[in-house]
Amino acid sequence: MAEANTILEVTSASCRFDVSAPALSRLFSHEPRRVLRAVENVSFSVQRGTTFSIVGESGCGKSTLARMVVGLQRPTQGMLDFKDIKRADGSFGPPRVQMIFQDPYASLNPRWRVGDIIAEPIRELKLRKDESETATRVGDLLEIVGLSRADANRFPHEFSGGQRQRISIARALATEADFLVCDEPTSALDVSVQAQILNLMVRLQKEFGLTYLFISHNLSVVRHMSDHLAIMYLGRFVESGPAEEVFGRPRHPYTRLLLDTIPDVEKPNRQRRPMSGEVPSPIAPPPGCAFHPRCSQAVERCRTEAPALRHEGELEIACHLA
Amino acid sequence: MNAQPALLSVQDLRIVFDGRRGPLTALDGVSFEIAPGEILGVVGESGAGKSLTGTAVIGLLDPPGRLAGGEIKLSGQRIDNLPAEAMRKLRGRRIGAIFQDPLTSLHPLLTVGEQLVETITTHLPVSKAEARKRALDLLKEVGIPAAETRIDHYPHQFSGGMRQRVVIALALCAEPTLIIADEPTTALDVSIQAQITTLLRRLCREHGTAIMLVTHDMGVIAETADRVAVMYAGRVVEIGPVEEVTRRPHHPYTAGLMASIPSVHRRNAHLNQIDGAMPRLNAIPTGCAFNPRCGFASDLCRQTKPGLPVSGHAAACHFPLQEAAHG
Repeated sequence: MAEANTILEVTSASCRFDVSAPALSRLFSHEPRRVLRAVENVSFSVQRGTTFSIVGESGCGKSTLARMVVGLQRPTQGMLDFKDIKRADGSFGPPRVQMIFQDPYASLNPRWRVGDIIAEPIRELKLRKDESETATRVGDLLEIVGLSRADANRFPHEFSGGQRQRISIARALATEADFLVCDEPTSALDVSVQAQILNLMVRLQKEFGLTYLFISHNLSVVRHMSDHLAIMYLGRFVESGPAEEVFGRPRHPYTRLLLDTIPDVEKPNRQRRPMSGEVPSPIAPPPGCAFHPRCSQAVERCRTEAPALRHEGELEIACHLA
Repeated sequence: MNAQPALLSVQDLRIVFDGRRGPLTALDGVSFEIAPGEILGVVGESGAGKSLTGTAVIGLLDPPGRLAGGEIKLSGQRIDNLPAEAMRKLRGRRIGAIFQDPLTSLHPLLTVGEQLVETITTHLPVSKAEARKRALDLLKEVGIPAAETRIDHYPHQFSGGMRQRVVIALALCAEPTLIIADEPTTALDVSIQAQITTLLRRLCREHGTAIMLVTHDMGVIAETADRVAVMYAGRVVEIGPVEEVTRRPHHPYTAGLMASIPSVHRRNAHLNQIDGAMPRLNAIPTGCAFNPRCGFASDLCRQTKPGLPVSGHAAACHFPLQEAAHG
């Protein structure tokens, strides 16, 4: 029954980049090819109308995964399958996918008026039959995201970061999108503005039945937004499941590390466990479990054998010991 | 009053930018003190003036910005009117600085050892060999593994967290009494962030160095600082011990800010939001700068600028939130 509601099914998707030096220099210096495994054998499914979050530190492959979902990056292995759904406008087919980017200063064309930025996908996809209907739609979209109709005639530089992110959301909704991939949508914003944008996103999800794939490194934001989440480390999922379960009882040592180290306003002057080590390079990941050099509980087996993802109820976890 | 005499005392600091359309007041009467060995967090949103305050203290204010009033004292000595050369000697020797991006604060063509040795010999009367030994000790102290080999590496060979450790070692070269740390952890991942804040706290405890920690992240402040000053539109709106300010904020802005941070412990349906945005410098409202966004504002707030009382935990507000309001 949950199956019927699946909007996206990702099966063993991998993305590898060849980062070798040019062939001739390799020949002279006797270097082998070097492959960066950005995303390695990742499987998950997203249910319609829910938020699936992917959490991890820089270089863990979360943005590559997001780009694969919107089709900006092809998986080198595996499959991403969008299921046919009944769309918001009544038509039937695969969901319309749009992306919201991190930096609202770089993702809007500074030379275009806001009205044209939002109208472009409508014109391109011929979603309205003439210019006056397009203009009406643009005005409606601006009001939906909490701006005014008159803002269509202004330029992006006249807006603050939070307002620009609202414009990005309006542009994404212009295509009647069903599925939004949000890559760190609030990490460039101040907290009070972040709260405004997160509230807007939650409201829009309820109003239009949107599905979000939410990429973030901020665990408190993820807690606020997600129904399901996956924790990524060096290209692999180490733990995934319903948000309440993962946050309520984190199992993987890396998840616990993340939860332990986030600065917490509710516990001022907390003494934390010092945690050493850094994320290794995805070009030369450690053998066995990629997390073992930083793991306090690592045993001999972790150093040699990579743990497979195990199912435990709705949870999936990749650890020999948890 | 304070048990210890203040190491850094900033009184009624005003910074004005002379623009074509008249002067803009970027800092409007900022006052605070830092005791030796204390970490004061300065928190606020973009444009609140927190970095500008730090810049003024280390004397790196660039035109068209200028000091229009107030004074800055380090150990009782006025430093805001020092000639440029004297300020340059003071900077690095008695005040160290750590900036947000560790890659741009290091020279890419010199090894970290060369940079450390240069800084040490500039400020301290030691030979090259002694300076190198001190550089090595500093790298070990900030937790760089295999410091003996790493000392001859270039900045690009270090990761972000390790680079920030090198920057901290540079700031510590001449054993300064005060360090200005401007967003030292913002460019780093959370697990690395924790390592750096733990390091800062340890240095503060072991050397008695005072730190002015400028950041937008209330979480970092809560875990690192002893006291916190909350800034809004170029003014300090609330100052006090971290635990008091985060648990029982007196200023409606601080309270709104605290409530807008999502919690990692539970999922709330709706986040508290402060509607509107911080005013631009050319349109700061009369009276309390926060009054158009404040739910409690009255005519008094619209007419009279509230002062910041001098006490342990103070808010620049005509109607500070009472204990009762927090249950």
